Amino acid sequence: MKEKVLYKRPVALSEKPFSYCPGCTHSTIHKLIAEIVDELGIREKTIGVAPVGCAVFAYDFWNFDVTEAAHGRAPVVATAIKRIMPEKVVFSYQGDGDLASIGMAEIIHTANRGENLTVIFINNTNYGMTGGQMAPTTLAKQVTTTSPLGRDVKTSGYPIRMSELLLPLQGVKYIERVKATDAISIIRTKKAIKKAFMNQITHVGFSFIEVLSNCPTNWKKDPVESNKWVDETMAEFFQIGKIKDIQ
Amino acid sequence: MRKGKIKIDENRCKGCKLCIPECKVDEIRMSTKSNKYGYNIVEFRAANRCNACTLCAIVCPEAAIEVFELLEDDK
Ligand SMILES: Cc1ncc(C[n+]2csc(CCOP(=O)(O)OP(=O)(O)O)c2C)c(N)n1
Ligand code: SF4
Repeated sequence: MKEKVLYKRPVALSEKPFSYCPGCTHSTIHKLIAEIVDELGIREKTIGVAPVGCAVFAYDFWNFDVTEAAHGRAPVVATAIKRIMPEKVVFSYQGDGDLASIGMAEIIHTANRGENLTVIFINNTNYGMTGGQMAPTTLAKQVTTTSPLGRDVKTSGYPIRMSELLLPLQGVKYIERVKATDAISIIRTKKAIKKAFMNQITHVGFSFIEVLSNCPTNWKKDPVESNKWVDETMAEFFQIGKIKDIQ
Repeated sequence: MRKGKIKIDENRCKGCKLCIPECKVDEIRMSTKSNKYGYNIVEFRAANRCNACTLCAIVCPEAAIEVFELLEDDK
């Protein structure tokens, strides 16, 4: 009997096991980015910019160049790299604490300048790395370690929909909100991320992919339950779909 | 029917169980084994039902599953 390989580990992933918790969406999205880099044949010219957060060690897991930025500053570090080396494919990879809290100014101005970059935004509604504190994206009434009685919108404000916030900025060409809770949604997410990379390669401009992500550890749910919460609760407030697409 | 098999990289599996409901022919289950990191891991049942659909590999966050189609020798 002969064997034909239908799926194997992408070359753009290093041998090192992910440091993420079991079932964490960070791992799934790292894997998809690696598959896309392989498929587009851009491993020698891709440069990632990692955030502060659980993905702080992202440079260990990919077999292409990755640098680290100070908390929230990944889009401006990516801007500098892309402007100096426009032939490179440059992306920032950021959590919601990183991108929507401390890095709010950087993402808005980078998007508004219409930098020809790809931004991958991992929205898991909390600060995963530091123990599950409330983030700008935490849902109303959601319990976190710093909102033990649930987020009170009167004192903490409403959760921010980053994709919709960036929508009116003229520099922004493509925004899609996706999730990665089962095989079908993962296939769709891969398509969206691939398009966001292709947009950069074909000089379309700034592309932003928001991935509704789980955080099983801080949500105190097992991975299957946490994905169900993404599907049923998170996706109700953060609607899945294409938000902007200008070619 | 297409025939297939999977290979699970045991030291990459973290036992998250996301692959189990994804397999429509019930070929993956929890094992009694632990890997070198102490994770209780899944196993392939090899019950001759795998059709190499790749869904388990698509959902595996760790890229720990390889999928093979089994071909007759003359193919
Ligand atoms: C300037 C600065 N402020 C605060 C911190 C502490 N800190 C580390 S990670 C983090 C939040 C990360 O959350 P998020 O971006 O949502 O990523 P996740 O860990 O959930 O993937 C914070 C506040 C820091 N490292 N540097
Ligand atoms: S703390 Fe949450 S976001 Fe961080 S690796 Fe664990 S599950 Fe993922």
